[in-house]
Amino acid sequence: MHVESKLRKPLITGGKTIKDVSDDICIRVEEKPSWMWYVAMIISNITLIIGAYAVYRTLWDGIGMWGLNKTVMWAWDITNFVWWVGIGHAGTLISAILLLFRQRWRMAINRSAEAMTIFAVICAAMFPLLHMGRLWIGLIWVLPLPNTYGSLWVNFASPLLWDVFAITTYFSVSLVFWYIGLIPDFATIRDRAKIAGRKISAVIYGALSFGWDGAAKTWSRYETVSLVLAGLATPLVLSVHTIVSMDFATSVIPGWHTTIFPPYFVAGAIFSGFAMVLTLLIITRRVYKLEDYITIKHLELMNIVIIVTGSIVGIAYLTELFMAWYSGVEYEQYAFYNRVTGPYWWAYWSMMTCNVISPQLFWFKKIRTNIAATFIISIIVNIGMWFERFVIIVTSLHRDFLPSSWAMFYPTIYDVGMYLFTFGLFFTAFLAFSRFFPVINMAEVKSILKHTGEKVKIK
Amino acid sequence: MSKGKKTYWKGIEQLKNEPSFVKNAQNEFPEYLPIKGSSDNSRRDFLKMMGFGIAAVSTVACEAPVKYAIPHVEKPQDLDPSLANYYASTYVMGSDYCSVVVKTREGRPIKIDGNKFSKVSAGCTSSQVESSVLSLYDKQRLTAPLLNKRESSWSDVDKFIIEKLSQLNKKKYVVSYTINSPSTLEVINKFCEKYNAKHIQYDNISYNGMLDANFEYYGKRKLPFYDFSKAKTIVSFGYDFLGSSFNHNLFNKQFTERRVVNKDNREMSRLYSFESNLSLTGANADHRVPIKSHHSPLYIAELYNILSKKLSKISFTGLIDVNTEIKYDKLNDIADELIQNKGKSIIISDSNNKSVQLLVNLINDLLDNYGNTIDINRSYNIRKGDDKQFSQFINDLSNNNVSSLVFLNCNPVYDNFKFSQIKENLDNVSLKISTSDRIDETSVKCDIIAPDSHFLESWNDHEPLENSFSFTQPTISNIFDTRQYQDSFLKWTGEKNNFFSFIKNNWKKKQKLTNSDEPFQIFWDKLLHDGVAEFIVDEKRNINSSKSSRKFLSKINSEILSIINDNKESGFELNIYQNLTVSDGIQANNPWLQEMPDPISKVCWDNYLSVNPKDANKLNIKTDSGTMTTNLLTLSINGADFEIPAIIQPGQAEGTMGLALGYGRELAGPVGDNVGFNAFGLIDSSNEYQNLVIKNVSISNSGKEYRIAQTQTHETIMARESVIQETTLDEYKKDVYAGKYQFKVATSQGKKKPEEVTLWDGHDYPNHHWVMSIDLNACTGCGSCVIACQVENNVPVVGKEEVLNRREMAWLRIDRYYSSDADVEDLQGLEVAAENPDVTFQPMMCQHCNNAPCETVCPVAATTHSSEGLNQMTYNRCIGTRYCANNCPYKVRRFNWFKYHDNAQFDKNIAMNNDLGKMVLNPDVTVRSRGVMEKCSFCIQKIQEGKLLAKSEKRSLKDGDVKMACGAACSTNAITFGDVNDKNSKIRKKLKVEKIDKATLKLKEERAYAVLDEIRVSPNVWYLRKVRNKKNV
Repeated sequence: MHVESKLRKPLITGGKTIKDVSDDICIRVEEKPSWMWYVAMIISNITLIIGAYAVYRTLWDGIGMWGLNKTVMWAWDITNFVWWVGIGHAGTLISAILLLFRQRWRMAINRSAEAMTIFAVICAAMFPLLHMGRLWIGLIWVLPLPNTYGSLWVNFASPLLWDVFAITTYFSVSLVFWYIGLIPDFATIRDRAKIAGRKISAVIYGALSFGWDGAAKTWSRYETVSLVLAGLATPLVLSVHTIVSMDFATSVIPGWHTTIFPPYFVAGAIFSGFAMVLTLLIITRRVYKLEDYITIKHLELMNIVIIVTGSIVGIAYLTELFMAWYSGVEYEQYAFYNRVTGPYWWAYWSMMTCNVISPQLFWFKKIRTNIAATFIISIIVNIGMWFERFVIIVTSLHRDFLPSSWAMFYPTIYDVGMYLFTFGLFFTAFLAFSRFFPVINMAEVKSILKHTGEKVKIK
Repeated sequence: MSKGKKTYWKGIEQLKNEPSFVKNAQNEFPEYLPIKGSSDNSRRDFLKMMGFGIAAVSTVACEAPVKYAIPHVEKPQDLDPSLANYYASTYVMGSDYCSVVVKTREGRPIKIDGNKFSKVSAGCTSSQVESSVLSLYDKQRLTAPLLNKRESSWSDVDKFIIEKLSQLNKKKYVVSYTINSPSTLEVINKFCEKYNAKHIQYDNISYNGMLDANFEYYGKRKLPFYDFSKAKTIVSFGYDFLGSSFNHNLFNKQFTERRVVNKDNREMSRLYSFESNLSLTGANADHRVPIKSHHSPLYIAELYNILSKKLSKISFTGLIDVNTEIKYDKLNDIADELIQNKGKSIIISDSNNKSVQLLVNLINDLLDNYGNTIDINRSYNIRKGDDKQFSQFINDLSNNNVSSLVFLNCNPVYDNFKFSQIKENLDNVSLKISTSDRIDETSVKCDIIAPDSHFLESWNDHEPLENSFSFTQPTISNIFDTRQYQDSFLKWTGEKNNFFSFIKNNWKKKQKLTNSDEPFQIFWDKLLHDGVAEFIVDEKRNINSSKSSRKFLSKINSEILSIINDNKESGFELNIYQNLTVSDGIQANNPWLQEMPDPISKVCWDNYLSVNPKDANKLNIKTDSGTMTTNLLTLSINGADFEIPAIIQPGQAEGTMGLALGYGRELAGPVGDNVGFNAFGLIDSSNEYQNLVIKNVSISNSGKEYRIAQTQTHETIMARESVIQETTLDEYKKDVYAGKYQFKVATSQGKKKPEEVTLWDGHDYPNHHWVMSIDLNACTGCGSCVIACQVENNVPVVGKEEVLNRREMAWLRIDRYYSSDADVEDLQGLEVAAENPDVTFQPMMCQHCNNAPCETVCPVAATTHSSEGLNQMTYNRCIGTRYCANNCPYKVRRFNWFKYHDNAQFDKNIAMNNDLGKMVLNPDVTVRSRGVMEKCSFCIQKIQEGKLLAKSEKRSLKDGDVKMACGAACSTNAITFGDVNDKNSKIRKKLKVEKIDKATLKLKEERAYAVLDEIRVSPNVWYLRKVRNKKNV
């Protein structure tokens, strides 16, 4: 028997039936994409190709193509890495933590959020790979593989090695989680293709759905696996960025050497991840006419997460300043004095404006339920979060202990090119995803429809 | 066999039908095959071995072929692959000299060290000397003699020259820099006698004034032997005796002998410097007074006045009121101090005016310095150039009186101040010969270039200081078809001897004068082995002061007055100087020198106008230290405009600007051509002597932007006491711990030293524990260690563009900090250097931390700790994440951003980009590939060499077996290196090591401190606090 609460507002609007859900979502996979999709894909591909040239020159000529120097040996590369990893946090948070907390509103958005996570992590991984001076051996040597070099082993004390483990684990768990969620939907597409007589589709999606039969036992296993994976993924959401933050926190450089980094980075990651999910979903729901599935309520809830995490980040910034002063350490104090007033003051204040001030606007219900405002702020937040990483990395390095080595960092077009490359990669992948994969988890969404009974009665 | 038929037989065995032959006859190979095993299966074995052989040969072929390794058919007795041979020799370049020891590997010179036996060149090297080994492998050198611009043979050249010379009638000249070699001078004299030629010498930076003054004062046209170690008070009027001076190595050494203080010796000399450009001498001065250079005669005269009044001797009259703008108050104190230290002071001036130098001599005489700190009995032969003689030559040349000219390794069209007259009139000379090793500005105009061999390919003897000799012996046979010019001269004179036997004969004669009764061969071998020799000759001469001074005073009074009274001042005063990197420009094609940062401004690959900050404001010069952008200034002299970049230089006297010589070469080679601006061209050629001070230069800002490469752009220390610690002598006398900064960590048990609360367990170094100490009081910042390190460790040159990108590769750099007048709390004010700052030099290299932050962060353990306290870099393992460099608090790690070897993009890195240049590389040190990190290794190859030497001699390593390249080059012994586990080591004594607990040193040396003690990385490099001998005001 289906019980409908009078108090709770439905999560899916528009009086959708189960069939409507299948139709609405599957049609994007089944029909030819719109001209807008083609335009977007072409732009993404061009970006990817331009970026690929920068990658090629970097690999062919060396890291010297970038603007790095003897003082600032990481800049855009690691900034972009941390930025993308941060973005990659929302997906798993939405699908795992919110699943454990039984937040059913996540059902409409988790698929694309997870896809975004996976692509963002791939983009992120590009930087630690391509920033290596000798990628061709680094790729193998960072793995603790048995070898013929005597007792030569990786250095387990190095946070970079922890990064390798953290990111590969996170990536593989997220991928598996995402894929398992996709299986019932692939089966739906397969079945629809069979009926409509689209043979190739049927074969491909048949293979992708691993022979899903929809039996009660299968469903039961599916749900158990989902829960287990959610349990596994939850600590990863916290661990990945904690470990990324340790790249900095375990060092001796003033401005990096800070114990506050793990929680601060995780909050920042969720902050930027949600902002990115918002940016993408606002476009997707509009283009794919999914307003009934991804409602204003979804956007509002995500905006609330942004206020919370944005405020945590803001407090972290202030705590850093306080700790620098309170520590009484000359170098620590100077690092923050220099951040605020030094040659990179504009980066610091961009960060403060974008990350601390702009999300506070979401306290106003009007703003947080306004799609245009949400869209703009979500982009501002991501700009701010990019600056946050840039500020941490570059302003700490460019003036550290010995004034003789103080320097400025100026990016080259190849730094920009590398960043463009990951953007191209990300959007190409995301567009391909939205074309070939169901962008909303149909199976789950069907479980939260409320109007089924009414509609059928009317009919 | 029937009769009449021919019989063929294989051998006597068959003919005789021996049983042994018959037995083996049916076998395929009847004879014994040199294959092991029984004869039955020898064929199979043969096939097996052949198969193996083919396989083995083809396997070998898979490896990269070894190129250019030519084995000795008969190995020379003293040549072992991988073992270095050392030969004593002598560096000569321009007028400069240095006694050296050349390190050769597999027959090629790869490194030049100082000759410790030499008392003249202090047993160390300078950047110029260190770099000269690369000049040997310069592709720009001529490979054969040129006759009318065409490659020719020596016999043709000789024939041509001898024929022509005997035909020509008009005056003949041999032009050279100062030559201090007795045998060479003899050869030249022989030549001159035969062809009735005249030999004239000049110095590209002229000492004419000083030489003429000395001649007039005591009859010797030579530079006397200054002993700065005996001087308690030194007053220098613009003379950069620690930097650009002749024989500055020795001066550095002498100077610092009086500067190193410890608990038992708390006395230091005091150096006053009156100068316009901030020179190395000024940077090391206790009191530096920025003045306009053309005012310096005024100061000298005034000092003379005060001194003679105080010592109640005669004096000038009417000098004092000449220019009221100039403040004299300091001179009175200085005079008192000088009188206090009578006979223990040196006054020295850079003026090239005879009268001014006479006045300086008078002051020195007045202070009894002759015979005490200045020895006229032992004079230098390094500078003898005569500007007057040269002017006569120019006259002859302009009047078309010269028929032939030989330019002996000199380049007057570039570096003589009368270059334009030479250039214009050269075409009138019918025979022009140059012995330059390349087509340079002068030799390009010559009919014949008879290229001289590099000094490393030559024989020679030298007498840099009277009765002190130094010898040059070849360390490699001629690389090209060159001939040392002495041999050429002997050929042209018609002598049959070559120069080698000529020198030998000379020394056979000389041996008789030296009371040596050994057989000549032993005597000669000893000379070559030691490379130097000193023969004491008793000849004492002193100046009788009271008589002479009156005579001179009247002579110079009027000229001094005219100099002083010439006060028409408009525009700027331009001070042309010689820097410590490219110097006089002879080695301008040497990329090591071009990329060496100037000790003061840290600029490389350019010369520039150094501008006082106030003047820079007036001229509205816009600089950006981030992008290293500055403005081009328009300099107008005699109607000609030149555009030269500006550097804002704290300490530059207001109203003056500095400009370095040696740049703007047009024909030096691809590295040095068109780098910077040729300042020789600005010197007034109408003068009788070379005057490097140009008055009334109008300078304006062109507003154009220019990027100038600097290796350090932040100038001040930001009051960071854990980096630079310093004190004054007065404080130090009261408390040897004065100026100590001890960071303390607040804990629940009160404040503690960082080492007491460390998280680290410490290390056990059971065998050796390598430690270095650097005495900031001894370091004068000259930078010879920087080049020594570059040569020893195959450090690449990256070129101006990459230095602008801040990617120079130096493993060892010298940080230079200016003091600031701002309050310690005023962080923004601290960024601005004082107008006349105190300067501190701090050599900075990998600190080999015991708790190295780089080691923990490398993901692949490419940088690890050794059991001897070294932080080691394994290039092969490095994947280039650069995390180590980020985490290095000293920022000493260098990354290979590009492939710097065998890469046409880095063609300026000639030591790694052509086969000839590569001969200079140290085979003991890997040439690093792209994408790996590198840094100072504490010359680990030298440590290893020392250990192997000890092992081969079956003894344990002893102190002094291992010497760092930087320490060996240092003239002031600022760098001490050794094993603190060795109870008798120098380093242990220097630092007064009391206790070593788990690699943590407890030191009793009061001045010792570790940079950035508070982060407790526990460096193995210790610095000794700087003490300035400031006079309390």
